[in-house]
Amino acid sequence: MQFDPFVIPFNIGLYFILIYAVVRSVRWFSDLSRSDKLRLQRGFFGRAFGQSIKEIFMESLIHRKILKSNFRLGFMHMSLAFGWFLLILFGTIEADFFGEKHLNPPYKAIFFKFFNPDHGRSGFEAVYSFWMDLILAFILSGLFLAVIKRFSSKVVGMKRTTRLKALDRIALTSLWLIFPSRLIAESFTNGAYGTGSFLTGSLGSALSSFLPAQQMAYPFWWLYSLSLGTFFILLPLTRYMHIPTELFLIFARNSGIRTGDQSGAFKEIQTYSCSSCGICIDACQLSFSADITNIQGAYLLKGIRNHENVSDIAFNCMMCGRCDQKCPVGIELTPIRMIRRRAGETETVQTSILKKYLPDRLNIAPVRANGKPSYSYLPEVEPEKTDVLYFAGCMTHLTPSIRNSMVKILDAAGVNYSFMDKNGGVCCGRPLMLAGQDREARELINFNSQHIWKSGARTLVTSCPICYKVFRESYYIDVEVMHHSQFIKMLIDDGSLKLNFLRKKVAYHTPCDLGRGSGVYDEPRDVLKHVVRLQKTDFEDENSLCCGGSLGNMKISYQKKNKIARDAAAALAKGHPDILATSCPLCKKTLASATETKVADIAEIVAEAIAPPLLKKNITDPLNRIKEPVRLF
Amino acid sequence: MEKFGFTILKERHIDYDANDRSIAEYIAANEPSFSLCIECGCCAATCTAGSYTKFSLRELQILLKRGENDFVRDNIKKCMLCGKCILVCPRGVNTRNVVTLAREAFQKNMKNAV
Repeated sequence: MQFDPFVIPFNIGLYFILIYAVVRSVRWFSDLSRSDKLRLQRGFFGRAFGQSIKEIFMESLIHRKILKSNFRLGFMHMSLAFGWFLLILFGTIEADFFGEKHLNPPYKAIFFKFFNPDHGRSGFEAVYSFWMDLILAFILSGLFLAVIKRFSSKVVGMKRTTRLKALDRIALTSLWLIFPSRLIAESFTNGAYGTGSFLTGSLGSALSSFLPAQQMAYPFWWLYSLSLGTFFILLPLTRYMHIPTELFLIFARNSGIRTGDQSGAFKEIQTYSCSSCGICIDACQLSFSADITNIQGAYLLKGIRNHENVSDIAFNCMMCGRCDQKCPVGIELTPIRMIRRRAGETETVQTSILKKYLPDRLNIAPVRANGKPSYSYLPEVEPEKTDVLYFAGCMTHLTPSIRNSMVKILDAAGVNYSFMDKNGGVCCGRPLMLAGQDREARELINFNSQHIWKSGARTLVTSCPICYKVFRESYYIDVEVMHHSQFIKMLIDDGSLKLNFLRKKVAYHTPCDLGRGSGVYDEPRDVLKHVVRLQKTDFEDENSLCCGGSLGNMKISYQKKNKIARDAAAALAKGHPDILATSCPLCKKTLASATETKVADIAEIVAEAIAPPLLKKNITDPLNRIKEPVRLF
Repeated sequence: MEKFGFTILKERHIDYDANDRSIAEYIAANEPSFSLCIECGCCAATCTAGSYTKFSLRELQILLKRGENDFVRDNIKKCMLCGKCILVCPRGVNTRNVVTLAREAFQKNMKNAV
């Protein structure tokens, strides 16, 4: 049997990482809740299996999502991941066919050239060598990009790249060394034996012309094996842990497991699945508008992985969800951040290197309980019975024109409704949740729920996406919750609201909590198309911007908020619309102070377009028309 | 005198030496905009909680800065963090963070005392 001591580091590393991956997977599986375990079992042996395999191929190897959004960056990731995969796959086939026997240990495939230096002289062998050289060149081109990215991230189309820890740097260096050392080792061996194809062959003959190739090859084979071994051993301590974890994550997600609002094994898996690629940093408005570059998802997850106190990071975020959409791994960053917020401040735990291989579970303390209720001053309510309940919300009360417009619309459409918070209501509870104070939020939720129950309403209409989201997700009420844009669309569709067409150009800004938060994209746009000319903007649907006023961010200063709002407003008003429309009172308020363009809520625009019943009357009665001139805005 | 319905007024001078300003300092250190407050009272005027009970962030800020913490400790919980006060504040004080930090500081203080 062919053997050489230089393969030992590689063998140790390989068997270590294989065993380690199995141990961690078993531990994660046993940490899943009972129902999640069942889900995963069903997913693994069911239809989800094929889907997962496809996703692993498309995302973990080809990196389709990154390729779509940024070709150079995607190519860099693809060439390293997919290229390495091809190299291993075809290396194994090569060793199997051309080696001394079938079914070799893995090191035979990896160091095939060392053990079979005469391989690849002519015929099919030469073609195969050409193919292997091509794969190696493919990887090296990606590596070249990766090295450049480290020093100047703009080259691959990224504004910023992630900052690394010392261990990450060592692992990165060993990863970078793997392929060049293979290239040089193979070249020397090929040079000595006169084999090899266009890359290793020609480089080998060039090197052997002035160097003793036979002697030079051996140390580089050692370097190749050592860098592989080091990379595998360090992998669990560094961000490269995402490579094995992501496979587990894809299976778990396709089996229907979601983060929810509990800390648990799935959250831990997602935490380790982050590769710190830095795409979330570029997507973040805090990064490109407000120059806050240490709080993005990648840093949050890194902090959690290292058991640091990340409360400052967790609270300094607008929770707009742009990073969730952009994350190529599909990590649910915003739910994880919410879980982290509930935990409040934690102690930084220092662990030894050995301990880091099998770290403590990343459990987060449950909601802090602190004694007495805070809102016992709220009065008992006795609401009147009604079909439709209109909840304006705190922010709508701050923008009375929206409230008045809604009242006008509801009256014009003849809806039997009752104004839930006519004289200033109680907050919906989401601002408290965003501040991580769930227990207090629950008190407000109970209060509002009682009000809704007692009114016997079937439909709850709200003007504020923040309230809309929390009514849908955290209230246990048996009513249909609708945002006013949805309700207005319904009124238009069933003909109870007659509208004129306004000759105005309008650009629409999708609020975060309505769009990405609740998935309502089309209704507001349909309503607008019905009454005005709608412009396209550069930031539509999932890619929409945050206005900056979000209640999600507890830490940001007024100046930075305003900067984000100005940038967002400028981007949206690029096409010089007459009106910048939105469907959120908070967005309206924030954007209005940041732009010259008129900012209006959908409700205001619709209210302006209501066809007045006076008009019909005047047509039938010419005398009246003279007395009362018709006002058309 | 007391026969005629007059009483001696409670002493109203503020003793900065005896008062505990640590909580105000903690808030100012973590949220610098706290010191921008001009006590105009816009926050109290727009307050959601304030329409149901006697709750004024302006009053609480003044008391915190004086170091008269007892009243604040009982009342700061009433805030619903709805964020209207941030939007109306003419000075750009991050009021929600002020309230959260105050709650946090009181909780920490309690732990230290025990």
